[in-house]
Amino acid sequence: MNLETIIKEIGEYKGPNLKFMEVCGTHTASIFKNGIKSLLPTGLKLISGPGCPVCVTPSAYIDKAIEWAKKPDCVLLTFGDMMKVPGFTHSLSEAKAEGANVEIMYSPHEVLKKAGSNPSKTYVIACVGFETTVPVYSLLIKQLEENNISNVKLLTALRQVLPALEFICSTDSEIDAFIAPGHASTILGSDAYRNLALDYKKPFAVAGFEAEHVVIAIYDLIKQMEKGKHEVHNLYPSAVRPEGNKTALETIDQYFTSGPAYWRGIGTIENSGLYLREPYMKYDAGSLGLSDDADKQTSKCRCGEVILGKINPDECPMFGKACTPLKAKGPCMVSTEGTCGIWYRFSDRK
Amino acid sequence: MCVALPGKVIETNGMVGKVDFQGNIVNVSLGVVDAKVGDYVLVHAGCAIEVMQKDAAEEIIELFAELETMHNES
Ligand code: SF4
Repeated sequence: MNLETIIKEIGEYKGPNLKFMEVCGTHTASIFKNGIKSLLPTGLKLISGPGCPVCVTPSAYIDKAIEWAKKPDCVLLTFGDMMKVPGFTHSLSEAKAEGANVEIMYSPHEVLKKAGSNPSKTYVIACVGFETTVPVYSLLIKQLEENNISNVKLLTALRQVLPALEFICSTDSEIDAFIAPGHASTILGSDAYRNLALDYKKPFAVAGFEAEHVVIAIYDLIKQMEKGKHEVHNLYPSAVRPEGNKTALETIDQYFTSGPAYWRGIGTIENSGLYLREPYMKYDAGSLGLSDDADKQTSKCRCGEVILGKINPDECPMFGKACTPLKAKGPCMVSTEGTCGIWYRFSDRK
Repeated sequence: MCVALPGKVIETNGMVGKVDFQGNIVNVSLGVVDAKVGDYVLVHAGCAIEVMQKDAAEEIIELFAELETMHNES
């Protein structure tokens, strides 16, 4: 089998209409960058899922981060992606322009040096991410403990992929099959999707991020659907083991426990958040109960529907008009992996 | 956000190490992987999350071969 035959077979698909969800924003980006949508037959739609942690972070979280950044002797550290996400009134980037102490980090571990040499300052880290990123924070707490550093706090909006997928499967049966996120699966393992595949009778393909990886996953899912299978196929074995990264999973479990979490535009999903366990709550910067959402009250942003695959970004009346990457109305337009932003940047490749 | 890039481990020292990304040498936490010098690791936010078993090109060639058996047997 080679790429040409696979592409040809995908293009020739004539069965019932299918909807596949690519859960992860990095897959969405790869699909657009590589023009994969142009290879698809009319009966097959790819829907972008909730797999961008920045896009699902509630407005109340941004406000809390800004509150810290405005305190004297306090520095808020964040990944660059978060800077333009709107809170109720401001984004971090606007707050910074008004004098709040916001610094962009590349790795949360940078804080160790800073906190060690500036003991009078408090460093608050905006911890946003899925399972891929959580071990990074576990290791950080371990080091804070070992080095007796007490002037670092974590403001967490950590989310788990499986409860979100369960939510989609149980509330929206329109999705026929899933392209599972490659790097979250590195931690979780491909076996993690087994129960979902069985319970909801949906095939899963764990895929890497090269164009070929994505094409192979689409082909695999079509074949599974044609044969009435609902298996989990690991098509990224170079980085994903069936059992995942056990050490990483153990460190997550050591420091974090699951609880309900609010997904912007979607609502609260049981057990979908990760929060510091009791012995480590001293490092928490007020992460519990951040569930208010500006979108609901003040704007007509339809990110929630976009994230759940109910509408395409260009069906939002603000897309490309009131809402562009430079003046984003919703988080899906801000993040480099947000569906609206990707659609906007690659609008010639739909 | 969950992007991770492969790089080659060139030095290890307990929980930390140095990883070479095409000439860019970066300090990386090795706390959740069992990596040796010479291994390729997948790095996300300054932390190695897995030791790569093979490179992408090799993997894709193998997947093409496997697809045939996977979908033709039944
Ligand atoms: S185009 Fe803008 S306003 Fe509309 S759903 Fe996307 S992010 Fe929200």
